Formats: sequence, structure tokens, C-alpha cells
Amino acid sequence: MNQEAFALEAVSAAEHADTLRLLTCGSVDDGKSTLIGRLLFDSHLLMEDQLADLEADSVKHGTAGDEIDFALLVDGLEAEREQGITIDVAYRFFATPKRRFIVADTPGHVQYTRNMATGASTADLAILLVDAAKGLTTQTRRHAAIVSLLGIRDVVLAVNKMDLVGFGEGRFREIASAFEALAAKLGIEAVTTIPISAREGDNVTTLSPRTPYYRGPALLDHLEGVAPARRAEAGPFRMPVQWVCRPNQSFRGFAGPVLSGRVAVGDTVVVAASGRASRVTKLLVGAEEKESVAAGQSAMLTLADEIDASRGDVFAPAGDRPVLSDQFAADIVWLDQEHMLPGRQYLLKAMTRTVATTVTDLKYRFDVDSLEHNAAKVLELNEIGVVNLSTAEPIAFDPYAENRDTGGFILIDRFTHQTVAAGMIRFALRRASNIHWQALDIDRAARARLKHQKPAVLWFTGLSGSGKSTIANLVEKRLYASGRHTTILDGDNVRHGLNRDLGFTDADRVENIRRVAETAKLMTDAGLIVLVSFISPFRSERDMARELMGEGEFVEIFVDTPLDVCRERDPKGLYARAFAGEIKNFTGVDSPYEAPETPELHLKTESADPEALAQEVVGYLEAQGWLAAD
Amino acid sequence: MSDRLSHLERLEAESMDIIREVAAECLSPVMLYSIGKDSSVMLHLAKKAFHPAPPPFPLMHIDTTWKFRDMIAFRDKTAAEAGMRLIVHTNQEGVEARLNPFDHGPNYTRVMKTEALKQALAMHRFDAAFGGARRDEEKSRAKERIFSFRSASHTWDPKNQRPELWRLYNTRVNAGESMRVFPLSNWTELDIWAYILKERIPIVPLYFAAERPVVERNGQLIMVDDERLPVAPGEPELRLVRFRTLGCYPLTGAIESSAVSLEAIVAEMLAARTSERGGRLIDKEASASMEKKKREGYF
Repeated sequence: MNQEAFALEAVSAAEHADTLRLLTCGSVDDGKSTLIGRLLFDSHLLMEDQLADLEADSVKHGTAGDEIDFALLVDGLEAEREQGITIDVAYRFFATPKRRFIVADTPGHVQYTRNMATGASTADLAILLVDAAKGLTTQTRRHAAIVSLLGIRDVVLAVNKMDLVGFGEGRFREIASAFEALAAKLGIEAVTTIPISAREGDNVTTLSPRTPYYRGPALLDHLEGVAPARRAEAGPFRMPVQWVCRPNQSFRGFAGPVLSGRVAVGDTVVVAASGRASRVTKLLVGAEEKESVAAGQSAMLTLADEIDASRGDVFAPAGDRPVLSDQFAADIVWLDQEHMLPGRQYLLKAMTRTVATTVTDLKYRFDVDSLEHNAAKVLELNEIGVVNLSTAEPIAFDPYAENRDTGGFILIDRFTHQTVAAGMIRFALRRASNIHWQALDIDRAARARLKHQKPAVLWFTGLSGSGKSTIANLVEKRLYASGRHTTILDGDNVRHGLNRDLGFTDADRVENIRRVAETAKLMTDAGLIVLVSFISPFRSERDMARELMGEGEFVEIFVDTPLDVCRERDPKGLYARAFAGEIKNFTGVDSPYEAPETPELHLKTESADPEALAQEVVGYLEAQGWLAAD
Repeated sequence: MSDRLSHLERLEAESMDIIREVAAECLSPVMLYSIGKDSSVMLHLAKKAFHPAPPPFPLMHIDTTWKFRDMIAFRDKTAAEAGMRLIVHTNQEGVEARLNPFDHGPNYTRVMKTEALKQALAMHRFDAAFGGARRDEEKSRAKERIFSFRSASHTWDPKNQRPELWRLYNTRVNAGESMRVFPLSNWTELDIWAYILKERIPIVPLYFAAERPVVERNGQLIMVDDERLPVAPGEPELRLVRFRTLGCYPLTGAIESSAVSLEAIVAEMLAARTSERGGRLIDKEASASMEKKKREGYF
């Protein structure tokens, strides 16, 4: 039974061991995968069949001649092995008697930077590799910038391939001091620089006699000894509600991760958004009752009072609450092929809350090569920028520098559902904490009642020359005749006034529609029926307008006229000029029109005259009860 | 009590958060239950995440009709005890074509596992399916996200995975698309066993050594679980064996062992010098075969 006692001890050691999450990054071909393979190999963590596979693979795909190619241990995708590059993050696990390690091996190619950010977001420490022969590259600087931006405080600069520069001390010192200067500019606090050869093993697990000028530690010794800054444990209590558990009338539990601090039975906590307070009566991890729970645990709590809290809310101590705001400044890393457009609406997910958001201002783009701040209109794939954001409802957060989990967010495209950005909140632009909406005595319902109507937005969308304005005018005449209070917002007219500063780029079109939608909303607040006649070519912006209005108040009317018919009609002679190349970014010619998928009304102008189509709109409003006498 | 959480506590918390996030955000989740030790741990974590309520999703087992009989008995008992609905799906086309693992090799796996899974997910319109896979099992698994997006045809595009930052999981999909979710991504085989030991989680008896009737095929010890396995005269012989992983019995190699307790299993594993999937014939078909199967829609 000796063996079993040994097993129990090993399990207990594994259970109580500390974990270090680290990432390896740097330019392509700097040897990241090789280094991880070497760490696994030298710490005797490879199984016999894995070694046999590796030897077979090295012959087939290897780039190390007759030697074992360690990179093949981690480059697991077929495309990676064929091309000899890393495309996506690989997670590897290894343990020494002192520590357990979760390693994220990240790609070096610039087009896979978003995968590198994925690995960096959960790492405590980063090993940044640089090829001793090549020195710092743009990609080294980009990765250092992302490492710093994502809040990794401990960085190891591994100057690799020292064997290729004859282990020269001069070259090592030169690279080390160049990086120190960069790290200082980026605000990276702790840098440890080690000369290594991943392929030959120098200074990886043991100190190498070939670098007498380097006195240690070896890389693995450093990884075992470093104490990562775990700020969350010392911070104030934060627990977002992930799930409300209500198995019966007598139990109401709030489950979620403890993202910082600790809480004990008997403590008073508040819901950050409402400020409502109650006392913790029970703490559960599974069936087990706990006296207290701390950062890193996932728990369920019950409260003494029936206060309103649901998914997305955050529990905090009454005296140390998170910031609550709907406008804030943030760093973002853009991760999508499609550019970030200020004014476009995205979904923002922070902790367990998802809200609609708009980038109101792109302050600047960060040039990773020169470390300069440049003015920019859009952010492209892999670019880093500082932006102001506005959310549809206030969200609770702490600055990212204080806590990654309560200060980080992602942006999601509303249509493709892709994760398009990683964001790190800097500070609130205005505090919503103590500002409440002024409760007005005369509200929109009251104003509408006086007019004996329900406010609505009739949104006419379609190509230039499709007949939007003609039909909108006829509809307004009919509504006016029946005593309704209306107004029209027309694309051409608004562009002469409110939006005279905007052009026809994608970014300007988004802003154009945003302003019109907000204006239409104010007019519905006044009780009016608003007819909007705009090309409004993008689905995202029409949907944004829809969401601004109350349920059912937005009527999307697709004025459907084929392009060749519009071109033939060409009432303003614009198509002729666009096809001649005199007008740029013309919808339907060299700028896209995204037809509505499920409009409330689909008017086909080829099969009916404008009067009949106008009557169809009025008929729809009557049928839906919008024109019913009060 | 010290403030520092243990390695297992961190893993447990991460997995519970992942499971709850799916329940909160996805319309129709399901937990794929393969009856093995990893599934047992995953189910245990799901129960913990929602206690005192039962997990708010059903369990689903893809039954190839070639599983060990002990597994099926354990499955039915476990689902009943958890108070969860159990869906069992078998690809009837495969049954009618009389596919078997001896004569139809890769085709059998594709039809009875991959196609069966796709059929079941489509039939029930599940938009998220939990699986018990771990990143330490295999190289293409090491590359996969915790929330792994699948197109409407259930394919995985390894070159175009969604970024996955912090613990903010993007669960949004369009109609027809779905997510495979792996709450045990960051666990290792040792972690699984240590946790089973710590929490005393019940597992299928096949993991423990016993005298079982086995035959040797392609250097592997295959247990004769029923009369469908062709045997030569003089076969099978009784040997003291156990299983490190469980699947279809004709495809799962046993190891000779005398480990009859959890402690002994862990001791044996620590001394072992072959990795876990070495015992699964299915993974040996080609070096990158797991990636290929995953792209086709395999878990």
C-alpha cells in the first residue's frame, strides 16, 4: 500500500499547488513553440507514445534536420504543421514539484494578433521571445504593447537563438537595453532578461556554461520562483449575478464568480446599480455551506431581504462600490476584418451584462512601431486605439488597471455575432452613480394623449430615386387630413442643415443616421408621428434606430425599386454622374445597400402607383391600432 | 483557512462559471454525457453550479449500440439520481446498414458517432452542447476555445476561431449555428482523478481492475462484452484488467492492472509512461485525424 500513500500525497500536492498562467509571444520564427516543447521535454513530462509520435513527425514535417523538432509538440493543427507556423493559441500544462503551469503558446504572425490577445487576457506572466540575430521587430513591439495593455505586470524577455550569434555578450546586452527602453515607455514594471537557446537548451532548465556573463536564474527557476501580482484577492468584494436560483418559494439564491475581495455570512452588500442593500444569510459552494468565500471561487449567496437583483447586477460592499456610468473612456484592440466605425452600434459584454453601445469618439490610434498617438477615422484589424463609449444603460465597473475581470469587456457585432474587440476601461466620463433621470410631470404619453394619437416613426428606406419621399409626402397628406400631428425628416433636407458637416463615407453615413434617429426619437417624445425618408443603406443603423424607439413604435418601410429602374428614372441626374465616376460612394453603384430582411411593410413600386402604396401604409397603421380614436 | 485557493478549487470555479454562463445565455443547451470519468466530473460540476436546483438542461448520450453493458447500466442510474432528463440517440441508418466496428472502421465512427451527434443536435435544435474534452488530451484539442463555434453544418474552422478574452464568453449564434462548450478545457488527467478522489465522485466499475474475458487484437486487449465480438477457439482468456478510458468496447483497449481502489488507479497513472488516448484505437487512424473528425462535427 506504499504506492497508494504515494498517490494520495501526489494528489494532495497537485490539489494544493499554486498555478501560474503564462504566455509565450514574439515574432514568427523566434522559437516560441520550440521553447515550450523544450520545457516539456527537459522536465520529463512527455509520455513514451508522445515521444514516439514526435520523432515520427520530426522526420515528416520537421525543420530541425535529424534532430527532434519540439515545435511539432504544440503546433497541433494540420495547416500549422504543413506551414511550420503557429496560427492559434495552444494551451499546454506542465508541473514541477514547486508549481503547476498553464502555458498559452501564441502565434507570431501579425494577422493572428487577435489570437495572441486571447492568450494574454488570462496570463499572469509573459515570456516575450526575440531572435538574437534579428533583435526587436515591429511584432515584438506590438506584442509588448498588448502585454502591457492587457495588464500583465511580469515580463520575461527571452533572447533566443543565442547559439546563432555565438552566445555573444555584446549582442545580448544591446537587445536587453533596447527592450528596457521600450518597456519603460510602455509602463511594464518588471522585466527579467535571459539569454537562451530553446533548441539546444541553454539557460532553459539549467544555467549554461556558454553564457558566463549571465548569472541566473535559468528560465524554469524564474518561473517557479516569481510571485505574480494577484490584485483581485486584495480588492473590494465584487460578485456579478450570473444566475438566479429559485427551486421553490422559500429559496432565492444568486450565483456567480467572486471576481475580487471576499464576503462572509452576515456582511451587508449592495446591488451596485440600485444601491439597495441587504445582509448575506448563507453562502454555498455546491451543497457545502461556507462562512466566507473569496476571489477565484464561484458561489451562491442568499440575502435577508427580497431586494431586486437579477443577471447582470453586481454585488459590492456598501462603502466601496464600483463606478456606475454609461459613458467612459477605454483602450480597445480591434479584432475583426470589418473596420470599427464610430457611431455604429455594437453589443458590449462586461461581467454578466450585455448592453448596446456606440463608440462616440475615436480619440487616437496607437502606432505600435513609433509608440505615437495618431489621429484616425476608423480602427482596422489588430489596431489599438483609445475611444469613448456610450452604453444604452449604465454599467458597473472598476478601472481595468485595478481589476481585469471587472474592467475588461468585449464588443460583439450585432449581425455576424463575431467578437470584434477587446476593451479595457480607463475611467468614467461622467458618473451616473448619483444622477437619476429627472422625473418629468408631463411625459410623452401625456403629450401624445393631448393629440389623440400614438407617436410612431415611419422609416422609409430604399435606393436613391426609389420613391421614398414621394410616398412619404402622400402618407403625410393623408394623416394630416385626418387630423394627425406629423413631421417629415428628409435625407436631402437634413443634409443641408443638421448634417451639413457629414460626407458619404461609411463612417459618415453611420453618424448621419444616428443623428436622424435621435432627432426622430425626440419628436416622438413630443407626441408626433415622424416620417423619416432616408436611403439608410446599413441594417445595423436601421436596427439602432429601431431600438431607440418604444416597442412597436418603429415601422420599417422598404421602398423596393430595382436599381435599373431607379437608374432609368434618375430624377436628380445622380446615377448618371455616379456611373461616370463623378460621385463617389453612391449607394447601389459603388457603395452597398443592405435590403431589410423583415420590414413591417414591403412596398414594390413597380406593381402599384404611389397613391395606392401610401394608402397601404395608412391602412397598416389603422390595422395596428395606431390611428384608433382614443 | 488560508486565503489562497488550491489548484482544484480554481479549476472547479472556472468550470462552474462556464456551465452557468451557457444556461443563462443559450436558448437550448444540452450536456453530452459519454459515461466516462470526464463526463462524471462534468456532471458533478453542473450539479454543484445550480445546487439546490437540478441543472436546467437535459443529458444526452449518443449510443452506438457497442458500448460496454456496465456503462449503460451506470448511465441510467446516474441520470435518474441527478433528476435530469436523459436523451439517448442512436443513428438508425447505421443500425439498418448493420455497421460494426470490426468491418467498417472509420466509416462506423463517422456514421454512429459524428453523424449521430449531428442528427440529435439538429433534431432537438440544441444551440449549445457541453462536452467533457480536455486540452491535454490531444494536439488539436489544445487549440480549441472553451466556447467553440460551429457552423450550421456543425463544422469547426480551426483557422478562424473567435477570440476568447478573460472570462467573457461570447455565446451568440445565428439560427442553425451552435456552440460546443468544454468546461474541463483546463483540467489534466491528474486533476480529474484528484478531483474524483477528493469529491468521491462515482465512476463506472470498468475503471477498476477485475478479472475480465479479453482477446488480443492489433496489440490491444479487447474485452468480450457480448457475443457480437468474433472469437477464435481458445479465446477469450480471463485476465486482471481495467480501462483508462471508455468508449465502444471493441475499440477500447484494456490494460493489465491490479488497481482496485481510486488511490491505486492514481498511483498507477502517475507511474505510467503512455498517454491516455494510446488506449483508443479510434485516434490512431492518422496523426491529424482528430482535427479532421472535429472539422466534420465530431466532438
